[in-house]
Amino acid sequence: MSTYAQKKGFGATLWDFLTTVDHKKIAILYLIAGGFFFILGGLEALFIRIQLAVPNNDFVSAGFYNEILTMHGTTMIFLAAMPLVFAFMNAVMPLQIGARDVAFPFLNSLGFWLFFFGGVFLNLSWFLGGAPDAGWTSYASLSLASETHGIDFYALGLQISGAGTLIGGINFLVTIVNMRAPGMTYMRMPMFTWATFVTSALILFAFPPLTVGLFLLIFDRMFGANFFDVSMGGNTVIWEHLFWIFGHPEVYILILPAFGIFSEIFAIFSRKRLFGYSSMVFATVLIGFLGFMVWAHHMFTTGLGPIANAIFAVATMAIAVPTGIKIFNWLFTMWGGSIKFTTPMLWAVAFIPSFVAGGVTGVMLASAAADYQYHDSYFVVAHFHYVIVGGVVFALFAGAHLYWPKMFGTMLNETLGKITFWLFLIGFHLTFFIQHFLGLMGMPRRIFTFLPGQGLETGNLISSIGAIFMAVAVIVLLINVIMTSVKNEKVGNDPWGDGRTLEWAIASPPPFYNFKQLPLVRGLDAYWLEKMEGKKGMTPAEPLGDIHMPNNSFIPFVISFGLFIAAFGAMYRADYAWGLPVLILGMAVTLGSMFVRSIKDDHGFHIHKEDLMEDDNDKGVKA
Amino acid sequence: MQAEEKFTYETWPAAPEKATLEAKNKFLGFWFFLGGETVLFATLFATYLALKDKVPNAEAALAKDIFEIPLAFAATMLLLTSSLTSVYAMYHMKNFNFKKMQMWLGLTVLLGALFLALEIYEFNHYVHKFEHTFTSSAFGSAFYTLVGFHGGHVAFGLAWIITLMVRNSKRGLNLYNAPKFYVASLYWHFIDVVWVFIFTVVYLMGMVG
Repeated sequence: MSTYAQKKGFGATLWDFLTTVDHKKIAILYLIAGGFFFILGGLEALFIRIQLAVPNNDFVSAGFYNEILTMHGTTMIFLAAMPLVFAFMNAVMPLQIGARDVAFPFLNSLGFWLFFFGGVFLNLSWFLGGAPDAGWTSYASLSLASETHGIDFYALGLQISGAGTLIGGINFLVTIVNMRAPGMTYMRMPMFTWATFVTSALILFAFPPLTVGLFLLIFDRMFGANFFDVSMGGNTVIWEHLFWIFGHPEVYILILPAFGIFSEIFAIFSRKRLFGYSSMVFATVLIGFLGFMVWAHHMFTTGLGPIANAIFAVATMAIAVPTGIKIFNWLFTMWGGSIKFTTPMLWAVAFIPSFVAGGVTGVMLASAAADYQYHDSYFVVAHFHYVIVGGVVFALFAGAHLYWPKMFGTMLNETLGKITFWLFLIGFHLTFFIQHFLGLMGMPRRIFTFLPGQGLETGNLISSIGAIFMAVAVIVLLINVIMTSVKNEKVGNDPWGDGRTLEWAIASPPPFYNFKQLPLVRGLDAYWLEKMEGKKGMTPAEPLGDIHMPNNSFIPFVISFGLFIAAFGAMYRADYAWGLPVLILGMAVTLGSMFVRSIKDDHGFHIHKEDLMEDDNDKGVKA
Repeated sequence: MQAEEKFTYETWPAAPEKATLEAKNKFLGFWFFLGGETVLFATLFATYLALKDKVPNAEAALAKDIFEIPLAFAATMLLLTSSLTSVYAMYHMKNFNFKKMQMWLGLTVLLGALFLALEIYEFNHYVHKFEHTFTSSAFGSAFYTLVGFHGGHVAFGLAWIITLMVRNSKRGLNLYNAPKFYVASLYWHFIDVVWVFIFTVVYLMGMVG
């Protein structure tokens, strides 16, 4: 039995996860935290649908409804979808490029803890006087008028978790540029790695405007500034611009990794090389670029004028072109393939019509003149749930089933997986398809109730019934996870049997140093290539030698915790005398631990060649 | 090449800031970070331009009333010179001359501190002479946020460079700390470039009205 496979006590395991800098463990942390927030956001969604199931309902009050809908959007985007996407990026991308870890393992951990404390801070608002209630977009005209501390929780919490995301993005960029295995050229990178690369670039350029926007909001609400106070010369439209300059790239930050996951799935389960690989790369980069050119389509009715609206309308429609390229490439990948309808493949196949429906309504909304009709109606709600649920959430479910064996070494049950899929697919279309029509019939979004006799009853009831299907689907998935973990039947390197890329060439889960010897990459789909030539594994690109590894560290946790304390100080500074000292204390903890990190050398350690060879003998026959 | 290895002038590599994988990562990662910082300041500049001279009443001071060339020019000269001295420091770093590097870095810190002192005097002056404060108008908020963010960067840069100088004063250069010095000097140049834009957009354009 090798040392790292021994059973550890709960305390030791907890400490290991609090201090880990291993990308595979950080991926698990992202998966657990993101999954928790996903369930939280899902419960909020259920509350919304219960309230709207019948007219004149009083399940929740109007004010509480505003809090629920704000937190549903904010939680799902920032605390569920983003971290879950990060979970797969962390788990898979370094393996796909044949690296032993990410470029900055310490920063990887810091990024996670910042996100985590930001998310916890934001959700503590439920218990400390009320959650934010100005919508996930938090337009300044509304958010400045909000009387509770909810908006402060929103601004400070997102500021902290946004810093973590930015750090993660830089980390992935450097990892992909500098740490690819020998032979892994850019045009041999798996599509998911390409998606991670472009997504990280979007994060790098999209998050600073949000940072500034949130700072302006924090300064206005907590420090007496006047950026958005019209009577003092301020201008609330600045917030709309800054938010959407971030917010539009944000939706591509979510969907591009989803495209990456589906590209992997289509190739694996069609047992064919991805059709039009280079055009897929081109389309991904083009979508990333155009994503920055279209933010004002969220502001057609703000009054920017016909010229601005026309330019942004055309730019928006242009994005349909590279997206269309991708859709056709996926279809052609399946064409003539020998398709296996596994759970991940079912999600991928269902994704295409669902996402195309969202894309079509997207082009409808992009027509500025028509948008004056759709704006702020349930039509918009239907549209973005079709792209975000039909695209991103489907990909997260598909990715969870696909990569579960690589992350945990066990296979999720296929039957339960398919039950989850069908329940969720039916529930999703029941809930959101009808909302297009509710919107066109005039039902405004963010409304807390509606009157009987306006033709909205049936549609809303159907929509609410659909939500129950989705909730049951998630429960089935949770049961599946528990059953799989209890059974704990370990699987080999390539449990799907058709893995194409490097992650399937090593053990599930991989040893903490990933590759004993860095693999030699001889083409696209490196592992598939070797298998087709009758080889069992990758050809090593280096002799067996010592491996340099980073040390674990508790400092990332402390840095993030300091900001968590400081945020409370900033928020209560105006109300209580202890606010300012707490703010200073929190910043001192953060800056102090950064200082300690700076002056204490951290050279990491080496795993010696002899120990690596011993590992081999311990395991006995290879799976 | 190992990070802990001892070097002499002869064995010191030509590009010590990129000699190890860790250093290469740091070098590239920091450039990406500066890319993000550029967007951050671009956003602050846009906000400032949108809110310039946006005040609640006719008595409030405008840009053309408060800014003066001599003060802004002196601050600019101090910061530009400090960028030059940090270039000299990196020249000596590449030549494995630790003492001279420390000397030039010390000069950089001194000039940076003078700049910061001048900025504090300047803010104080605006507050007391023109009642131009962070809370007096949208213009005030935007001005102090943009210039203050830059000032905050200068203060952080000073603390960073001083920490590096003190931490490594006894042990000299190796491939573990050389990239750290290099990256700190990159940061310092970036702060300088941002100031050039502040000088142009805030002060020069401010005075022409």
